[in-house]
Amino acid sequence: MKDIKPAILLFIIFTIICGGIYPAVVTGLANVLFPNQANGSFITDRRGKEIGSALIGQPFSAPKYFWPRPSATSDFGYNTMDSGGSNAGPTNPVYLQTVSDRVKALRDTGVSGKVPADLVQASASGLDPHITPESALLQVPRIATARGISEERLRKAINDGIEERQLGFMGAPRVNVLVLNLELDRLSQ
Amino acid sequence: MNSSEWLQTILFFIILLSLTKPIGIFMAHVYQGERTFLSPVLVPFERLIYRICGVRTEEDMDWKRYATSMLFFNLMLFGALFVMLLTQHLLPLNPQNIPAFPWQQALNTAVSFTTNTNWQSYSGEQSVSYFTQMTGIAVHNFVSAATGMAIVIALIRGFVGRKTSIIGNFWVDMTRGTLYILLPFSMIAAIFLVSQGVIQNFNAYKTVPLVQMTASHREVTIPMGPVASQEAIKELGTNGGGFFNANSAHPFENPTPLSNFVEMLLILLIPAGLTHTFGLMVGNPRQGWGLLAAMLFLLLSAFGTLQWAESNGNPLVAKMGVSGVNMEGKDVRFGLAGSSLFTVSTTGTSCGAVNTMHDSLTPIGGMIPLSLILTGEVVFGGVGSGLYTMLAFSIIAVFVSGLMIGRTPEYLGKKIEVREMWISILVILTAGVSVLVLSGIAMVTPSAIASMANPGAHGLSEILYAFASMSNNNGSAFAGLNANVNFYNLFGSAAMLLGRYVPAVAVLAMAGSLAEKKHTPPSLGTLPTDRAPFVVWLTLVIIIIGALTFFPALALGPIVEQLMMAGRA
Repeated sequence: MKDIKPAILLFIIFTIICGGIYPAVVTGLANVLFPNQANGSFITDRRGKEIGSALIGQPFSAPKYFWPRPSATSDFGYNTMDSGGSNAGPTNPVYLQTVSDRVKALRDTGVSGKVPADLVQASASGLDPHITPESALLQVPRIATARGISEERLRKAINDGIEERQLGFMGAPRVNVLVLNLELDRLSQ
Repeated sequence: MNSSEWLQTILFFIILLSLTKPIGIFMAHVYQGERTFLSPVLVPFERLIYRICGVRTEEDMDWKRYATSMLFFNLMLFGALFVMLLTQHLLPLNPQNIPAFPWQQALNTAVSFTTNTNWQSYSGEQSVSYFTQMTGIAVHNFVSAATGMAIVIALIRGFVGRKTSIIGNFWVDMTRGTLYILLPFSMIAAIFLVSQGVIQNFNAYKTVPLVQMTASHREVTIPMGPVASQEAIKELGTNGGGFFNANSAHPFENPTPLSNFVEMLLILLIPAGLTHTFGLMVGNPRQGWGLLAAMLFLLLSAFGTLQWAESNGNPLVAKMGVSGVNMEGKDVRFGLAGSSLFTVSTTGTSCGAVNTMHDSLTPIGGMIPLSLILTGEVVFGGVGSGLYTMLAFSIIAVFVSGLMIGRTPEYLGKKIEVREMWISILVILTAGVSVLVLSGIAMVTPSAIASMANPGAHGLSEILYAFASMSNNNGSAFAGLNANVNFYNLFGSAAMLLGRYVPAVAVLAMAGSLAEKKHTPPSLGTLPTDRAPFVVWLTLVIIIIGALTFFPALALGPIVEQLMMAGRA
């Protein structure tokens, strides 16, 4: 059959172009134009050591830190080697018990009133670096007590850290928990 | 919806619709071998490829040769990826020393990417080497998309052709689609995505210490890789297979609201443009705009319903003193409208990338992506496959209305006869039958039921969604279901193959049969298919066929769950 030759050769050519040249050119251009983003948007400390990616959330549970969104990654929350959500259905009794436990854990730290959903429902990626500004403000009294910093200073840190909607209307306003917690450690020094 | 969400949504559709015409014109030029702005650069490359491969551009194929070329090419692609997955531990660019796939999973995965499904029963960061991602999966993303586009272009040629057996040259269509459309657009999109924070490198995974260390966890390992180049074609080719397990929810795949906006646009761009390409090639752009209007109506209705269902939140969670929308399985940065629009865009097409975990949507919310997939993914649809399925719906709509008014059914100047009706029904019902039969088998197979992550009605939805997704080559999932068991790997492979190649070959056969017919000029008795009444009728036909086929199954899954949820709240 005369179409066997073009099939084989075209497959090889497509593999070279789409699987070799294309990603290589994109890598080259990306590393020239946007080297920081192409390599993971890492945050470095004063000595230049990488301490995490600004895009990837980390687990925090100590009272002195802002707590991030619940993460359903396997083994432990914010396990970067297994991104993903809980995939719990909305009427699953085990899931509802989990959410109820999370609400209770927050109530135990003195939170009253309504709890914002993002603070008790797990994210899609399991690595969501953000919480809503309301969820951050809710945690101010606990952190102020744990660190002995005034609530005023904490609120200012949150306000300074709010990422507004992109271009003014895209997405949702949010704060980056890792960045905010690094700022807290700096304030406490 | 708040004002920002309205603005974001309206702007999205304004941009999409204003790009439809130029992209449609461009693609029509490309497939008809006419000059485009890329010709000065690409024509020499194109000619070189033909010379190396021994392709004679002037040598057109009849439908049988076109179909055998397509099938043989796809079989070869499948074989290559299958072998690559089984041997990736021996191949280069594997800094994490990731082992080979077991054969059942390799079979499922190779079928999945060859059929443009991108169903994934594995977790990308743990199971796939850079080499496999780049030279296996990404190449399939290009080629399976180009295949879908080639098939619909061949069908359009069938409508245009007069008393001929010729429907084009498969190798030329594949080369042009890849070289002129998919590659340049992906290149631009990939660089833009990097600017937003999508990674693109070949580094080994990076281990960093945690800011708050605990006794058991002191550090995490952050995966790296050539993500942006794959992300771009994954959306543009409506493929949807994530580099990482969390897919487009992962911050390295979709870091900002703007990257989310652009990714949604990439998903719908070619399917929207193809409607105009179709209109231009059949000589009446209004035919294309009519189809686009029906698609747009269905997409907006789906978006509105999903957004409404999710913004009401989960009443069982609200009872605990929680306020706000349903945030389970959503990331904060996208906002609710960015999550909802992505969800309907990815399931109205055959994309299947997700930025929201569909399994955790409210029951009615989850029924929306499920219904969009079940109706055959014609709401813009997969690249190529969406339009040819839509044209099959059009033929059925023409036929039924022809019966009602007592006229010989004609579509675009071609008489619709028994053969065309058989083929249209095959195109539309293959996936439907496969979904219902395989879900039925799953319900009586203990190992299939054991894979459910959620009990009761929701578990049925998970299984229904899995076979809907695989049969319609979507690839998204109610991902709680543990799909990496022999039952889903093997039956799923069958569903994906049936759902892709039965309609594809049937469509090519229809192209051949249409091309051989003579053109009948429109007369007083011809039903105008470029007017509003037909568009409304077409929309109704899609809804009626979808509802009749799947209402019983949906009633037992999401609808029962919604009633139970409301009852307990």
